[in-house]
Amino acid sequence: MNNMAGLQDQLRLVPLEHYVFLCIVLFCIGMTGVLLRRNLINVFLSIELMLNSVNLLAVAFSVYHNDPNGQAFVFFVMVVAAAEVAVGLAMLVMIYRNVRTVDINALNQLKW
Amino acid sequence: MTEVLFYSLAAISIISSILMIFHKNAMYSVLYLLICFFSVAGLFVMLNAQFLAVVHVIVYAGAIMVLFLYVIMFLNMSTPITIRKSKLVMGIAVFTGLLLCFVLTTALWSTDFGSNPAIVDQNIGLASTLGKVLFKEFLIPFEVSSVLFLSAMVGIVIFNKKDVKDEIDIKNNHG
Repeated sequence: MNNMAGLQDQLRLVPLEHYVFLCIVLFCIGMTGVLLRRNLINVFLSIELMLNSVNLLAVAFSVYHNDPNGQAFVFFVMVVAAAEVAVGLAMLVMIYRNVRTVDINALNQLKW
Repeated sequence: MTEVLFYSLAAISIISSILMIFHKNAMYSVLYLLICFFSVAGLFVMLNAQFLAVVHVIVYAGAIMVLFLYVIMFLNMSTPITIRKSKLVMGIAVFTGLLLCFVLTTALWSTDFGSNPAIVDQNIGLASTLGKVLFKEFLIPFEVSSVLFLSAMVGIVIFNKKDVKDEIDIKNNHG
């Protein structure tokens, strides 16, 4: 019971808005990273950061609204992120073998 | 106390992610992102989502970061790479990020997210609760995700398989 009261104090101390704004900032940093860097590895890292901020937001809403379904969704987002990173890094290694660089501008022939 | 912990974890995650996107060396970027992931795991624990905090550390900080470090070492990219975009493009990228941040913040500034719950279920983030949810309501997506992993694995193997025809060509050229 004591623990319960402690948890409620904890939730009252940090409003949900602060989690929302933290996640917005993290997401925007990730998007800036995608636009800023030409190194494919850094682009993937920025995408991971964006997925992470969305996960944090889903967990915050799930806890504040008392619904475990949100956390199940976060679990599936993690599953998809793991598969995405594995496939993406395999593609990166393949691109590196073919063009000998990880500069995304080396692949600009996809434009035409 | 809890408030101080929240703001320090938030500050650590934001600062380390900013350092991550601006660092020239890919290896250091991965390590800064690792710091960010650990602080996000701390935020998960603060939200009483213990199971997801553990899964987050194992999957992201463990598996994915090791994969990134392995690829960086495999491609021998630990030396700083000097491919940078022009100053104009970098400025536009930072401006776009700040603009998105500004737009989202102002859009959500006066939104009412509802008052904090009167009673919080303390067991919401435990493995037993989430296990029941996963295996009752989300059983089919759970099974589909295993198929997704299998297809990802097959795709990776096919991507990185050396072409048999190329090998024969190389042998003929050398012979």
